[in-house]
Amino acid sequence: MARTGAAAAGASGIFGLPASRRRDRRWALVAAYFALGVFVVFFLFPPYYMLVTSFKTNEEIAALDTNPWIIEKGVTTEHYTGLLTDSAFPTYFLNTIIVTLCVVSITMVVSVLAAYGLSRLRFWGAGVLATGVFLTYLVPDTLLFVPLFKIVGALGLLDTYWALVLVYPTITVPFCTWIMIGYFSSIPRELDEAALIDGANHIQMLLKVFLPVALPGLIAATIFAFTVSWASFIYPLAYIYSDDQMVLTVGTVTTLIKGDVFHWGGLMAGALMAAAPPVIVYAFLMDYYIAGLTSGATKG
Amino acid sequence: MADVSLAALRKTFDRTEAVRGIDLEIEDNELVVLVGPSGCGKSTTLRMIAGLEEVTSGEIRIGGELVNDVPPKNRDIAMVFQNYALYPHMTVAENMSFGLRLRKYPKGEIDRRVTAAADILGIAELLGRRPRQLSGGQRQRVAMGRAIVRNPRVFLFDEPLSNLDAKLRGQMRTEIKRLHQRLRTTTIYVTHDQVEAMTLADRVVVMRDGVIEQIGPPGELYHRPSTRFVAGFIGSPAMNFVGCRLVEENGALTARIDGLAEVPIDGTHGRYNAHVGRSLVAGFRPEHIREWRGAEDGRVRCAVTPDVVEPLGIETMVYFAHDGAELCARVLPDSNPEPGGEFSLSLEARRMHLIDPDTDRVL
Repeated sequence: MARTGAAAAGASGIFGLPASRRRDRRWALVAAYFALGVFVVFFLFPPYYMLVTSFKTNEEIAALDTNPWIIEKGVTTEHYTGLLTDSAFPTYFLNTIIVTLCVVSITMVVSVLAAYGLSRLRFWGAGVLATGVFLTYLVPDTLLFVPLFKIVGALGLLDTYWALVLVYPTITVPFCTWIMIGYFSSIPRELDEAALIDGANHIQMLLKVFLPVALPGLIAATIFAFTVSWASFIYPLAYIYSDDQMVLTVGTVTTLIKGDVFHWGGLMAGALMAAAPPVIVYAFLMDYYIAGLTSGATKG
Repeated sequence: MADVSLAALRKTFDRTEAVRGIDLEIEDNELVVLVGPSGCGKSTTLRMIAGLEEVTSGEIRIGGELVNDVPPKNRDIAMVFQNYALYPHMTVAENMSFGLRLRKYPKGEIDRRVTAAADILGIAELLGRRPRQLSGGQRQRVAMGRAIVRNPRVFLFDEPLSNLDAKLRGQMRTEIKRLHQRLRTTTIYVTHDQVEAMTLADRVVVMRDGVIEQIGPPGELYHRPSTRFVAGFIGSPAMNFVGCRLVEENGALTARIDGLAEVPIDGTHGRYNAHVGRSLVAGFRPEHIREWRGAEDGRVRCAVTPDVVEPLGIETMVYFAHDGAELCARVLPDSNPEPGGEFSLSLEARRMHLIDPDTDRVL
C-alpha cells in the first residue's frame, strides 16, 4: 500500500509504470474480478443448491414457506445413507468405475499407439488418416446410437455394461488420438533420432521418451476419456435396463424419479456423489489438462 | 574407431536431389568437417551416415562394413544435434546413460563411464539436474557427454554450436578440438561456419548443391582453392573478385585489371598459356592487400578511394568499390585511410588466383 501511495503521490517513478497505465491496470483488474465473481456465482449456484437440498429433510424440501437457499429445519444425512444402504446406488457406482477404468485403459492404449503411428511413422496417407480420425469424432451421438444399438445387440451385449465399454471408445479414441497427435507432433524429431541412435526401438522410444515427455497431453486425454465414460447419458439409457448392470447417470435418475414423484433430496445427494470423482480428478490435474489441450491446439 | 567410406552416395527427396553422388574416404581417427551453405546436402549426408535417412543409391561403409541397411543403433555411432535433443524428463546422468541402459550395461560400468565423461566435460556437478536447468553451453556439453559415454566408432556432429552465442561458440569449438585430440575417435562434423571448419578439421569437405567442391586440409583450401566457390567461401572477409584480362607483352604475362592495377604473373609453369587474351576473374584475399609503403618485389600499387573504414584494433578493414563490386583490404592499424580520400594499396601479386569465368575453376 505504501508503495502504491508513494507512487501515486509523485510523478511516475523510474521503475514504476506511468500513472495513467497504472490506473488502466487497476480498472482492468477491478473489471476482471467483477466478471469472475459473477461467473463464479453463476456456475457455483447449482452445486450449492444441490448441496443444500441434499441435506434438507423431505418435509422442508416440500414446504413452500421456507427459504430455499438455506437449511432451516435441521440437517439430515438420510438421503445419503438411504442411497448408500437402501438402494442400488453402490452397484451403479461400482459399474461406473468398472466401465470407466476399462474405457480409459482401452482408449489410452489405442489412441497413444495410433497417435504415435500417425505422427511419427512416415507412411503414405498418414495425414489423411489423422484428419479422418478426427472427423469421426464430429459425428453426433444421436446419429450413432441407433446403428450402434444393432451392433451391440448382434454381439449379445445389450443390457450389460460391456456394451458401454465397447461403445464409449468410439467417442473417446478419435478425440484422444487427436490430442496425442498434436502433442507428439510438438516433440522435436531430433529427440526420437537421438533415442534411435541411443539404441531404442519403437516401443522403448514410446514408453521411455514419448510418454514421459507428452505427460500433459496424456493426462488431458485421460481426463477426457474419464469424463465421457463417467458422464455419458444417452448410451446407458438406450442399452441398459437392469439394475445390476446400470451406471450412475441413468441409474440415479431412474431410481429416484418414480412416475411423477421426484425424490429431490436423494437426487441431489446422488448427483453430488456421482459428480465427486470428476471434480476431484479435475482439481488435481487441471494444470496438466490445460497444458495438454493448448499444446495440441497451437501446434501448426 | 573406424574409417568411413562413402561411394557414389545419392539422396533424393521426392523430386529434389539433395546429395548428388558423393565419394569420400574418411580415415580412422580423422576429424572431417563438411561445410557449405544451407541446402548443400551436408546435413543429409551426415544423416545418411547416421542411418536417419535412407540412402537412395551408393554405399556407406563404416569400418569396412556396408551399413546402408543397418539401423542407426547397430552402426555404433553417436550423434550430437544442433538443438541438443536431450530428454527433458531425465537428469543429466540419465540422459548420458540412456544408451548404455538400453544396451543393458552393468550399473557399475555405466556409473564409471558417466563419471569419466562428466569429468572430461566439466559437468560432474550437473549430473543431478534436468536439461531445463542448464544453460545452452551446458546442454551442449551434456549432449557431447551422451555421445562420449557410448565410446562409439564414429562421432557425428550436426551443427552443434549454431545455437550458442559467439563467445560460447568459440569456447566450445576449442573444447571439441581438445576432446578429439584426447579421444582420437573418427569424427564427422557438419557446419555452415567456415571458421569452425578451418579451426577444427584435419580435412575440410566443401559442399555445394549436393556435390563436393573440394576436399583438403584447411591450409590447402585457403591457399589453393580449386573453384571460385571455395575461394569465396573459405576465408573471412571473403576473397575479392574482379574482372581482368590476361595479356602477354614481351613474353611476360600480366593480368590487366582496368582502372586498378596490372599484376605481373609468373607464367613459367605454362598453365595460363591457353588463356592469354581472355577475360578472366582475379581473386585477392583482403589479407593479401595492404597499405603501399614504397616499391617492393612482387607487389603492385593500386590507388583506391575508400568507402568505409573499419578499425578493429589489431587491423583495419578498408572497403572500396571497383567496377560495381565492393572490395576489401586488411591494413595495419597504423594506416589511416580517410573515407572518400586517396589511398594507395599494395597487392601481393603471387597470391592472386585467376579463375576461368566459364567453368568457375581456379586456373
